[in-house]
Amino acid sequence: METYGPYDPTVDYVPGPAPRPKHGRDGETRSWRPLHMSRRNFLRGVVCSGVVIGGSAYLFSATTPARADTRAVERLVRLTVNGRTRSVEVAPNETLATTLRYRLGLTGTKIGCNQGECGACTVIADGTTIYSCSTLTHRVRDSEITTVEGIVGEDGRLHPVQQAFIEEIGPQCGFCTPGQVVSAVALLNRNPNPTIEEARLAMSGNLCRCGAYDHYLRGVMKAAERV
Amino acid sequence: MTDVMHNFELFQPATLADAQAILGDHEDAWIIAGGMDSLDWFKHRVKQPSVVVDIANIPDLHGIREEDDGGLWIGATTTLTEVNESEAVQSRFPVLAQAALRVASPQIRNKGTIGGNVSQDTRCTYYRDGFPCYRAGGNTCYANTPTAMNREHALFGVSRCVAVTPSDTAIALSALEAMFIVERHGNRREVAAADFFIGPDIDITRMTILEPGDILVGIRVPGKWAGSRQYFEKVADRNTWDFALANIAMAATVDAGAISDISMVCGAVQCTPRRLTDVESLVRGETPGEELETLIKRVAARGAEPLNFNHFKVPLMENLAVRAIRSLA
Repeated sequence: METYGPYDPTVDYVPGPAPRPKHGRDGETRSWRPLHMSRRNFLRGVVCSGVVIGGSAYLFSATTPARADTRAVERLVRLTVNGRTRSVEVAPNETLATTLRYRLGLTGTKIGCNQGECGACTVIADGTTIYSCSTLTHRVRDSEITTVEGIVGEDGRLHPVQQAFIEEIGPQCGFCTPGQVVSAVALLNRNPNPTIEEARLAMSGNLCRCGAYDHYLRGVMKAAERV
Repeated sequence: MTDVMHNFELFQPATLADAQAILGDHEDAWIIAGGMDSLDWFKHRVKQPSVVVDIANIPDLHGIREEDDGGLWIGATTTLTEVNESEAVQSRFPVLAQAALRVASPQIRNKGTIGGNVSQDTRCTYYRDGFPCYRAGGNTCYANTPTAMNREHALFGVSRCVAVTPSDTAIALSALEAMFIVERHGNRREVAAADFFIGPDIDITRMTILEPGDILVGIRVPGKWAGSRQYFEKVADRNTWDFALANIAMAATVDAGAISDISMVCGAVQCTPRRLTDVESLVRGETPGEELETLIKRVAARGAEPLNFNHFKVPLMENLAVRAIRSLA
């Protein structure tokens, strides 16, 4: 069991392969070690293992009342997400964004406004973009759904849109980025050579509070040259 | 703020007959198609129907068909993107295609239906936030008080409620004199656009003649205005998402430079799409020009009774009417 000393502001705590020696104290390693587990992986692990965490307990509280309530019956449906068909229990009042994030652990899809006004939850269903926060999961049982997780290539290489967004510094806070990526990929799937006006229209359903619209737009045009 | 939706029983009938049987069994059944309006209500916990009927899987309600008279039949669950991208709509009724394109955002148009767009509820913020106003069954209007925020509200036809129609396609369909096909327990009737949308003086709790148990099957756009000169313009705070502050739809025929027939409808200034009959009778037989524009400005918004914060809609309306006529020159 390692023990950790008090926080030292002079020490660089960024995790790296070789710990830097402190001034004047050769051989002594840093006294504090960050957890090597991202919030994303933590959440994903919790969701997949079925442990009820605070957030999802709240989300599903309305769907799990007394058994006598027939309206809350969850049904097993088969959902095709990113080319993989999975069985998942879905309540009648469950939105696709909730199912993706809290049942399937696909937390790349973000819930921003939760009422179809921001675009962070954008996914592709049968080739067209929709707001997954404003879609009942039961509606898309027979649809092919693609989330931002399904956009990256199988070998782990970034999609040209993702690469171009990085190069054009699209993401600032990054919360809208999954939705922006999905909207851009859907556009390029449909129309590989969009004009800048077509791209602007296709991206107009995604808000960016950092205001990086021109960056994203340049990214779309750059990606269009590469796909 | 949105909340988790209440529990409801979800039906997804595959035929119109099944849907009607369900509606017959459950009096408070709520019909949902695209869900862009309905889910907002549910998430804000203002409306909590115990039975929801999803009619999106019914093939009879979907698609665009050409009619013998040169018009079109548009199924109620046809999405706004499908309406906008349809070649038949674009070539015959460009005003409708443009109106469908100006609704909300691409993702909403991909899922939102034309039937839902015309029958959606008003967007008065007080009403949507669950205030117990006249429209919600109460006995006051929160939007028509000395301090109320009412820049988006009505200029005309106020009867206790000052809410306006939020729909863009309703304006275009009214200008095209479309017929709305409504079915109830197997009985089908066709309702003209002028009767389909109702104001607070007829029933303050709804925007259309649709009552619980009614299903809007489709919309028939007659061939009368097919291929005529058409115009649509919407003014909103943002190009995406926002509902109109004012919008205008026009269909007209021009004969040797003079306007021979015209239909002009203005939206977001009244609870129902407002047909500008004064402008229509003024410009019939006239040639578009500066002189005519001066006269149009005088009559376009005649009779308007602005509230505290929506005076700007009067010149907006006048200018939209002028711009529509100018497009005929």
